[in-house]
Formats: sequence, structure tokens, C-alpha cells
Amino acid sequence: MGTFIVRRILVALSVALTISIVSFMLLHLSGDLAASIAGPEATAEQVEQIRIDYGLDRPIVNQYLEWLGHALQFDFGRSYYYQSTVVDLIVDRMPITLTLGGLALALAVCIAIPLGVVAAIRRDTWVDRLALLFAVIGQAMPSFWFGLTLIVIFAVTLQWLPAAGSDGWQHFVLPAIALGYYATPAMMRLTRTGMLEVLESDYIRTARAKGLSARSVIFKHALRNAVIPVVALAAVELGFMLGGSVVIESVFSLNGLGQLAWDAISRNDYPVVQAVVLIIALFYIVLTLLADVANAALDPRIRTR
Amino acid sequence: MTISTSTTHEASAAEGARPATLGEIPLPAPAWSRLTRKVFGHRGLTIGLCLVLVAVAVALLAPVLAPHDPYYQDIANRMVPPVWHESGSWSHVLGTDKLGRDYLSRLLYGTRISLVIGLVAALISGVIGTTLGVLAGYFGGRVDAVISYIVTTRLAMPVVLVALALASLTGGSLFTVIVLLGLLLWDRFAVVSRSVTQQLRDSEYIHAARTLGCSLPYILLREVLPNITGALIVVITLEMAHAILLEATLSFLGMGVQPPLPSWGLMVAEGKAYMFFQPWVIAIPGIALFLLVLAINLLGDGLRDLNAPGGRS
Amino acid sequence: MALLEARNLRVDLPVDAGTLHAVRGIDFHVERGEMLCLVGESGCGKSMTSLALMGLLPRRARLTADCLDFDGIDLTAISARQRGGLRGLRMAMIFQEPMTALNPSYTLGNQLCEAFLRHRLGSRQNARERAIHLLERVGISAAAERLDQYPHQLSGGLRQRVMIAMALMCKPDLIIADEPTTALDVTIQAQILRLLRELQQESGTAVIFITHDLGVVARIADRVAVMYAGEVIEAAVTPALYARPSHPYTRGLLSCIPAPGKTPPGSRLQAIPGVVPSLVGHVEGCAFRNRCPLAEARCETTPPFMALNEGHRARCHFADRPMASATPSQPETIS
Ligand SMILES: Nc1ncnc2c1ncn2[C@@H]1O[C@H](COP(=O)(O)OP(=O)(O)O)[C@@H](O)[C@H]1O
Ligand code: SF4
Ligand SMILES: [Mg+2]
Repeated sequence: MGTFIVRRILVALSVALTISIVSFMLLHLSGDLAASIAGPEATAEQVEQIRIDYGLDRPIVNQYLEWLGHALQFDFGRSYYYQSTVVDLIVDRMPITLTLGGLALALAVCIAIPLGVVAAIRRDTWVDRLALLFAVIGQAMPSFWFGLTLIVIFAVTLQWLPAAGSDGWQHFVLPAIALGYYATPAMMRLTRTGMLEVLESDYIRTARAKGLSARSVIFKHALRNAVIPVVALAAVELGFMLGGSVVIESVFSLNGLGQLAWDAISRNDYPVVQAVVLIIALFYIVLTLLADVANAALDPRIRTR
Repeated sequence: MTISTSTTHEASAAEGARPATLGEIPLPAPAWSRLTRKVFGHRGLTIGLCLVLVAVAVALLAPVLAPHDPYYQDIANRMVPPVWHESGSWSHVLGTDKLGRDYLSRLLYGTRISLVIGLVAALISGVIGTTLGVLAGYFGGRVDAVISYIVTTRLAMPVVLVALALASLTGGSLFTVIVLLGLLLWDRFAVVSRSVTQQLRDSEYIHAARTLGCSLPYILLREVLPNITGALIVVITLEMAHAILLEATLSFLGMGVQPPLPSWGLMVAEGKAYMFFQPWVIAIPGIALFLLVLAINLLGDGLRDLNAPGGRS
Repeated sequence: MALLEARNLRVDLPVDAGTLHAVRGIDFHVERGEMLCLVGESGCGKSMTSLALMGLLPRRARLTADCLDFDGIDLTAISARQRGGLRGLRMAMIFQEPMTALNPSYTLGNQLCEAFLRHRLGSRQNARERAIHLLERVGISAAAERLDQYPHQLSGGLRQRVMIAMALMCKPDLIIADEPTTALDVTIQAQILRLLRELQQESGTAVIFITHDLGVVARIADRVAVMYAGEVIEAAVTPALYARPSHPYTRGLLSCIPAPGKTPPGSRLQAIPGVVPSLVGHVEGCAFRNRCPLAEARCETTPPFMALNEGHRARCHFADRPMASATPSQPETIS
């Protein structure tokens, strides 16, 4: 178990390093950064000046190593646009994105698991079909459009909740629904198939042969085993939601990391873009690592090896 | 090293099936009559197939079907509501946008954009992902370790953000969006073709081909590839849907397909300012997008059920 | 009165091709404290019969019976709740697959004590003590430590011992053991068999022991019921069955057993040629007639369950013929 975790951590670290290289290279090689920063009206001399000022004229490997050296000390440079360091910006915006992601995940889990369990227990009944329909719709609905639709219905027409901003919990309700629905279908279907598989298993028959109630058969014996892969998926989904929060934050004007990234992208503020991409990737890496550890902890066959 | 458990879970769960389903070797194609019966006996598959065919027909026939030029700006008739609205008219069945362009015509032409993006991006990513997956699955060992590492790394990159940044740098256009999505969405192809190839690798006919001295490209292209197409077709549909949604998202955020092209995502973005009083401007392209993605997903789910022995009926 | 009495027990399963009659009207009974062996080829409906008794049939399955009484309780009439009250407490079951029959996520202690606690037979402490006592009894060393282990930490033979201990937890009146040794190595099979017989005799629990191996039966059973294609085709006390097998199928099976001393070492096992008829749809006449060396025109009609001696019955038109003439011709060998 210990060596397993150590090995996973080493892999996670090297993945993070690779991503920092890849995203750095992608940004620097897929276009002329200096020209983008200077803007379309700039003269050739201005572009060259920016190239020198920003150190973009040096070999890219040197630029990367310098960036990495600073990044390892949590220094991601200064924003080209805002008068502050990238780290300050990120620390400032992070809580909103994490709140949004956490709420969305909580919502998704609270819907997906019960729905998946009921769909499996009542297999091929109308409940099952309804759950499937719910999943199929969720998988096909563009999240930005779902968000806008929620605004039109609940903020504009019914006026129950605010449409934009991030001052109180009310502001997070609609965004969390919009983001959470995106993560629900996969978890629901995984719960359902997991439950169906487990309910067919021999140890469920053993449990029933002991005279246990349907409730303890389902909740103690079946769910425990069916939910193990769902835990891992939930962590992965949270990683995806943090990455996808750019869309929802833009729709609901939430000032989180996603909004920061979008602003930075449209302003060619590359130090910020690079840092946010890396931070979100790091979240994903840590989350999958935690998922693997949780998996191992939940499954005695791995835990006691 | 293997792909971490969460990676494979993600990939298979996103397909909404237990991991084994796609990994199982597809059954030999049933006889034609049985196949048609199976296809039409599956409600989701039938609906999906019909809707996709309609979308393809609309895309092909857009110039014939469209009542107006999708780019013609009738400044005198801006924001005309759809025909079912009390002030709507039959001359603009779905109304017009803020520049007076006929909404129905733009919607019909938009089908072309979504389908082309979905198809081409899925094909590009299919080639990349399948190549990686087949190599990893067939050779195992070091090759597998390296490729699995690449897949893990790719999965950890936030697709939407990276796509946004790159699209902005390269100056979004239909072409760059297609290439970008194609280069970003190959992970599921790699995961699925890897696991199917792993199962095939030890099968008797691959052994036979090897002992007969068949060349490696021959084995991979003539023995392995045909046997994983069943699983790959399912992934192609799912990735098409994924690419269509991502294009719409990029265009909605202003970094994808650029005006005046009638991308559905762009139409939603352009209508956003008017949605409070004229909600149909976002409802119409949104529903079109939803229906197309739904259709492709239903088709993919249905194909998977046909592929999987004893799948859900 | 018998502990368990089944008359005309049927289990039907809807399948794609129609209705599969897995159990086709069988009669048998189990006395208190005795061991009844249910023998038959794989697929003849033994497991369906045992699941029917436990009330654990697949949801699609339909059970009917003229009589299915357990200690005076009509099992076809009671509610699911009352069923749950019997299961584990008064009738317990041991399954064929020890590797998958235990939940991988819970400790052995947890799973052993579960039924005891569910049926409120005592405190957690009592349950633990009884579990340790039983684990020791079934031959597991370091029983107290084992309670905190997980199933995957035990071998198949040990797990089957745990399953046996689990079945005994509530001192049931009846244990159904469905091929408990089939999945195990031969040497372990013999140990488990001996253990079961010992436990059955010392606790006075009735056991329905299910097997496809007639060789096992002679060693442990008080009575035997032989099943074929969803029917009981012969039932007798063990010595009578071996002394005077009356159904051609039973005789065929007995000639397939390598008998120590009688069968020359190295000789091939003999099997009855032919295949079991499909159980889908109605089976007219004697189900064995396509394989029976004695089949005659009369066998197109359903044979009665003919009483021969005290407690010895066979479902064959010619069951009362003297044995010599009824011995099947030399069965073919399988390689
Ligand atoms: N879940 C099921 N669905 C349909 N048919 C089944 C099912 N389980 C068993 N059967 C069929 O019922 C018959 C009896 O099976 P079973 O009782 O398991 O036989 P045995 O235990 O004697 O080997 C067999 O023909 C088998 O194919
Ligand atoms: S009834 Fe006829 S076919 Fe059936 S076992 Fe007896 S002799 Fe054979
Ligand atoms: Mg059986």
C-alpha cells in the first residue's frame, strides 16, 4: 500500500512536470506571442521591443527553465495586464471556483448515486427509463446553454435567484446546478451498472440467504461495492468541472479562475494563462491521486495487500 | 506503469457502460435481417439514427431548404420573432437575428458546420488515438508504459482552457478549430483501442498470423484493426458529439468559429444580449445543438448495445 | 412429521424461446436430522430446487407446488418478511463457489455474525464468541484473528469452511449445501465432506446435500433422490439405492463410478450416451427415453413414480422388473 502510494505520487509529479512543459511549449510555439501582446496595430519595431522586454527573444528552453525555476517557488511572474503577481490573482480567484466545483460535485453525487441505485433496483421500469432519459439529456445539453436557460427561467422569469455575481450563496445555486448536471449522467450510469453487476453477484445471494432485509442487502452489501468506482469517477469529474468552470463562470459572471483565464486569454496575458492551466491540471492530478488512494482504501483487496 | 485506474474509469464511465463492455471483442456481424430487426427493435438507436440522417440531409440540402441567404442582412427586419409568435410572419419562419438575417437559414447552414467539425475532428483524433492505443496494446511493456503516460498527461490537461488559449493564439477559424479539437480529443480512442487490442493480442489468429510470418504492419492493419472497428465506431460517435459540443462552447466564448459563419454556439452568443425579452434567440440554436448531440449519443449508445453481447435491450 | 415436505414442486422460468421448466413437479421430503442427497447431472434443476426452498429464486422465476411445508409452515403462502425471518435462522445455505460467495468488502467476523445479530439471538459479544467457536469447530486455526481478516486472504477450502460455520451460526433446522465441494481440490473435498457429515450428526441438523457425484453420496447420505431433467426419477434410502438401483438412469450413473477394487485402475469412466432433452416447453412421456436402453413404445407416456419397497420409488414403467434383465447394455466410453 505504501509503495503503491509513493509510486503514484512520483507518477503524478512527473505528469505535472510534463504538462508544464507541454503547455509552455504550446503557448510559445503555436503563435507569435510578442505579436499577440503588441496587438494588431503595432509596428514591427514595437513587436521587437516587446519581444526583448518580455524576454521572448531568448531560446525557448532557457525561457522555460527560468519560468520553472520561479514556478517551483510559487512565483508565476507578473500579469501583463493587472498590476499584481499571478499568484495573488490566482489566490484571489480560487475560492470562487472551488466553491462552485465543490457545490456542483456535491449536487451531482447527491443526485447521481440515489438515482443510479433506484434505476438498478427498479431495472426496466419507468423509474429506470426516467433516470436514463435524465442522463441522456444531461449528456447532450451544452452547459453554457443550460446555464443561460436557467437564468432565463429562474432569474428573469421567476426571479427566484440572482443571474450574476458572487456575493452570497444564492449566486452559486444556478451555476452549481448547471455545472453539476454536466457531471451527473456519467456517475449515475456508473452507479447503475455497478449496482446491477453487484446485485447479480454470489455474495448478494449469500447475504439474502442469511435473511437480511432488502435494505441491508442493498445498502450494506451492494452499494458499498458498487460505489467504489464511482468515488474515483467523482474525483475525476471534479477535475473536469474545475477545467470546465470557464464556461459556467463566464455565463454567470462569477469572478473565479475560469473567468480569470478567459480574460487573460482574450488579453494575451500569457503568464496568467500558463499558470491557470497548470493549476487546474495540478488539481486534476491531485484529485486522481486521491481517487486512487481512496479506491485502495475502500477496497480491502488492495488495502491489505 | 499502467494507466491509472481513475483514467480508465473516466473513459469508460463517460461512455456510460461498465468497463468490460467496450473491451469485449465484438460479435461477428449478425445476418442482415437480424441486424435490421435488432436496430429497429432498439428505440434509442432508431430515434438517434433517424435524427442523424435528418441532420445529414439538412446539411447536404441546406442551399435548397434555406428560404433566404444566411448572410443577407435585412436591416429593416431585425429581431423578427418566429412564426408562432403573435407578431411573427411566414416570411421568416424562425424570425431574424439582430442584423436581420433569417434565423432558419442560418440554423440550416449551421448544421453543416457542426457536422463537419464533429466528423473531421473525430477522424483526426481517431487516427491519433487508435495508432497510440493499438501500439500500446499490441506491444505492451515499455511502449505501453510510455503511451499510457502520454494518455494520462493528456487527460490531466484542461481541454476547454487549452483549446481556448490555442484558438485565441492561432486566431480562431473553422479550420483551426477542427485541427485543435482533432489534436485534443484522442484520449478515449487510445484507451479503448488499447484495451481491445490487449485482448486480441493473445488470440489464436494473431498467433497464427505471427507464426505464418506475416509482417507487423500486415498484422496490425489486417488482423487487429478490423477487429476493433466495432468498438471504435462507438467511440467515433461519442467523440463527434464531444467535438460538436466543444466547438459550440469555443464559439460561444468567442474563440472558435468567427462571425459571420452561422455556428450554433456563435448564434447563442450573439443572441445572449436579447435573451431576456426574446428568449427564442438562444432557445432555437440551443435546441438544435441539443438534438444533434442527443441523436449522435443515442446512435453511439445503441451501437454499443448491439456490439456488446447481452447488452441492455 | 417430516421437517420439509415438497409435493409437485415446479419452477418455471420465462426465456426467449418460451418457458423453461427447470423443476417439473418433484416430490421429496426431509426428516429431522437426516442427510438427504440430491444427485443429478449439471443442469437437471438441483440449484433451482434449493433456491426454491430458500425463496431465493430469480425474480422472473415462478414457483408452484401442491405442498411446500417447512415444519408446518406453508412456504408458498408466507410473506417476504416471514421468509426473511426463516432464512439464516431456521434454514441456511452453503453455495458452490466459495471464492465469490463472501463479500470482499467486509471482514469474516462481520459476515459471520450478521445472521446471528439479524435474528437477534444475542449481543455482539455472544455472536463473536459463537463465531470463534464455530471457526474452531470447522478446523480453522487462530480463529479470533481470522475474524478480522477479509475473504481474499483465505484459500478456497478455508472460505468454504467459513461458509459452513456461517450456516451453523443460528443453529438452523435445515442446511442446504449446493455442491459445496465441487469447486475445491479433491483432497480438500474429502475433508469438507467428512466435516459436514460430522457436524450434521453432532448438531442434529437436517441437511440437503446437492451433488452431481454419486460417488460422494454413498459415504454421507441417509437417503438419496436422483434427479434427471427437472424430475426426481428415483428416491430411496442409500443402501437400497446401491443394492437395487431401479431406474435405468441410476443404473447408468452407478456404472460410471469408479469403484475402488472393482474398477481396474486406468480404465475409462463410462458415461451414458446421448444428451439431456431441452427443458423449454412441455416434455411428453419419459424424459430419459432418448438415452434409455430399455425404451419401448410405452415410454411415450409419462411413467408413474412407482413405489417399489418401503420408501423406494422410481419413475419408470419398468422399475419393478428384475434387475438382471433391466441392466443397460454396455455403455459407450467417452474419451
Ligand atoms: N437464471 C436462469 N435463467 C434461465 N434459465 C436458468 C437460469 N438458471 C438456471 N437455468 C436453467 O435451469 C435449469 C436448471 O438449472 P440448475 O438448477 O442451475 O441446474 P443444476 O444446479 O442441477 O446444475 C438448467 O437447464 C439451466 O439452464
Ligand atoms: S420409462 Fe421407459 S424410457 Fe423411461 S426410463 Fe423407464 S424404460 Fe427407460
Ligand atoms: Mg447447480
